Amino acid sequence: MSFFARFAQNRGALVGLIILLVIIAMAILAPLLFPESPWRMVQRPFLPPLSQDGFPLGTDTMGRNVASGLMHGAWVSLLIGLVSTSVALLIGVPLGAIAGYYGGLIDDVLMRFTEFFQTIPNFALAIVLVAIMQPSITSIVLAIAIVSWPPVARLVRAEFMSLRNREYVEAARLVGQSNTTIIIRQILPNTLSPIIVLASLMVATAILLESALSFLGLGDPNVMSWGYMIGAARTVIRQAWWLSFFPGVAILLTVLALNLVGEGLDDALNPKLSRER
Amino acid sequence: MKTPLALAISAAALAFTSTTLADDPKPGGTVNTIVQPEPPGLVLGMIQNAPTRTVAGNIYEGLLRYTTDLEPMPQLAESWEVSDDGRTYTFHLRDDVTWHDGEAFTAEDVVFSADVFHRELNPSARAVLQHVESIEATDDHTVVFTLTQPFGPFLLSFEAGTFTMVPEHLYAGTEFRDNEHNDHPIGTGPFKFADWERGTVIELVKNEEYYEDDLPYLDGVNWHVIPDGASRAVAFENGTIDVLPSGTVENFDIPRLAEMDNVCMTEKGHEYFSPFAMLWMNNREGPTADKRFRQAVMYAMDREFARDVLWNGLGKVPLSAFGSNARFQNDDLEPYDHNPERARELLDEMGYDGEEITILPLPYGETWTRWAEAVQQNLREVGINVETQATDVGGWNQRLGDWDYDLAFTYLYQYGDPALGISRTYLSDNIAKGSPWNNVEGYENERVDELFNEAATAFPEEEREKLYREVQEILHEDVPVGWLMELGFPTLYRCDVKNLVTSGVGVNDGFKDAWLDR
Repeated sequence: MSFFARFAQNRGALVGLIILLVIIAMAILAPLLFPESPWRMVQRPFLPPLSQDGFPLGTDTMGRNVASGLMHGAWVSLLIGLVSTSVALLIGVPLGAIAGYYGGLIDDVLMRFTEFFQTIPNFALAIVLVAIMQPSITSIVLAIAIVSWPPVARLVRAEFMSLRNREYVEAARLVGQSNTTIIIRQILPNTLSPIIVLASLMVATAILLESALSFLGLGDPNVMSWGYMIGAARTVIRQAWWLSFFPGVAILLTVLALNLVGEGLDDALNPKLSRER
Repeated sequence: MKTPLALAISAAALAFTSTTLADDPKPGGTVNTIVQPEPPGLVLGMIQNAPTRTVAGNIYEGLLRYTTDLEPMPQLAESWEVSDDGRTYTFHLRDDVTWHDGEAFTAEDVVFSADVFHRELNPSARAVLQHVESIEATDDHTVVFTLTQPFGPFLLSFEAGTFTMVPEHLYAGTEFRDNEHNDHPIGTGPFKFADWERGTVIELVKNEEYYEDDLPYLDGVNWHVIPDGASRAVAFENGTIDVLPSGTVENFDIPRLAEMDNVCMTEKGHEYFSPFAMLWMNNREGPTADKRFRQAVMYAMDREFARDVLWNGLGKVPLSAFGSNARFQNDDLEPYDHNPERARELLDEMGYDGEEITILPLPYGETWTRWAEAVQQNLREVGINVETQATDVGGWNQRLGDWDYDLAFTYLYQYGDPALGISRTYLSDNIAKGSPWNNVEGYENERVDELFNEAATAFPEEEREKLYREVQEILHEDVPVGWLMELGFPTLYRCDVKNLVTSGVGVNDGFKDAWLDR
């Protein structure tokens, strides 16, 4: 069975993929459909959805177009999700690989270091980091990456520990391949599938983290993100439900889609482990 | 264009106040209100922050009170004279005033308060006292202040919060800050201190011995402490609270609360403070060092939009450096209206190359954040490359104190007279690193220094007016800072609380005349 066929067997994953593609399309089309800045105050404030042509989702507290904000926000959310996950992988994979491959003292030192991060509540640490570095896209991406790499490290370490004594590794050793080559060329490719699944879920978590930070006013003040939109609308929720509703739904759908896709990837990459259905 | 409108609004407000005066006051009843945040203490003169002023202004009194037009009214002094050379001020005190502990209030108390107590403890009073050569009690009920030279705003300095009268018989010769009476303040005011349950409520009761006939009408005023803004709004909605002094609920709650039945709102009662929102512009370096750039910023901002959308239409768009409540406003100046075209022209003329500048919002809550967003957008639309940097209060203070900014929001009190509240922003000898409240923008203009300094001590008023008009013309042209808005700080109250705001400091001394129509 082809990879995609296995993936598509999971109906939920297919739905998730479609939603995700729509959101990606939104992000790409945003500058074409709404070439003006989403910060631009274009109409009178508090227009309800569908009450005026060109403002299908209404306007916010300052007369900015909610639809435009939502589209541009998709770009920001996806960008932050992807970049921060990549950074987290760049930290977590090498650490986990080294700890798992070498074991012993190196493993102990690296795992205590990892636990140090794991024992601090994620969100609290992210808030502190962003507050110290001043809110900006870079500091948010870094903060999210710093709080989310430990699970990657632990996963990769576990995979390496179980693979390092396999026969093909021993064979590579006998041939005289260096440790670095063995790690990168032999073992790592075999750990990719769980990493990919974990990464897809991490993107979802990162989007949620960014939204939560923006909601608290720690977002990049120059970037219109979904979390910011909800945070700014919170105070007027009694007058204007749509300001928090639409970005809220957008976050919900994106995170749901990513989770479904992650599950589908899991099924497709680990056919033996996939659940009976 | 907007001046007649503003006039119409204030005229309507005046008409409203005078009609409520027509009813016959009823005695009795207790009013529940809010103090936010909880004050550190109630001894006015020792502590001058806003919550202390709000509560203790009803316990303590000054020699004078001020109308909403900042005209002096008699309080402890029933009359006063100014000598022809503007250097001698003679106050005739009432002879029927007693302290809350029964002792008589005399001229010696005034001399002690001004010459000893405030000189030691009160920086704002000290700034005025540096113009005073001597303070003498010529008899039990007459005090003479002799100034070193005429000082125009002198008569504006006798408000209860600035020149509080403190009892000599309790404080003389003691360590003021450790005095046992600090926990139970003794003043001459219409209300006496009764009880303070920390974190919950400060209770004031009627001063039965008050020297003005029939006053106060109320039996007491309870100042509740409710730390959460949303809870304060709810307490007002459900009727627990009768009066919300300005600044005690978030801006966005105001329209909803104001629309409720039996709720009235007034913008009066802040004339003495007249908070003025400004945009610091760094005159030292970067594009903001160019006058044309600063003018372009003024033309680019849609200040009327900000007032209508962010401040619920309350407040006024200022003409220039002097607010409309400040004395000697020069209203012949051409207003900086919203004119993006003109802004672009100015930027072209100076050859602005798109250098990025930063803007620091004031970290005081939602409204200020939104405001920075609006200004940022206004500036981008005329081609200014501007980024917002979010900070907390500490970071904001530090960056302004270190002059590490391009544009930054702030607001300052004007205290009724240019020499008290306005010149400090523009005088070059007020440039000092480390404080976010002085001449932070780094504006230096010898002529402006000269004019402000001369005007502070010029005599008579016409002479001052001439100098101040000239200084406004220069400032208007140079735009050392952006003039954003004269903030409207509305007081919300149940309409059956009558006659609440009768002076230029609002509820700070307003319960004296208030009564309940219940």
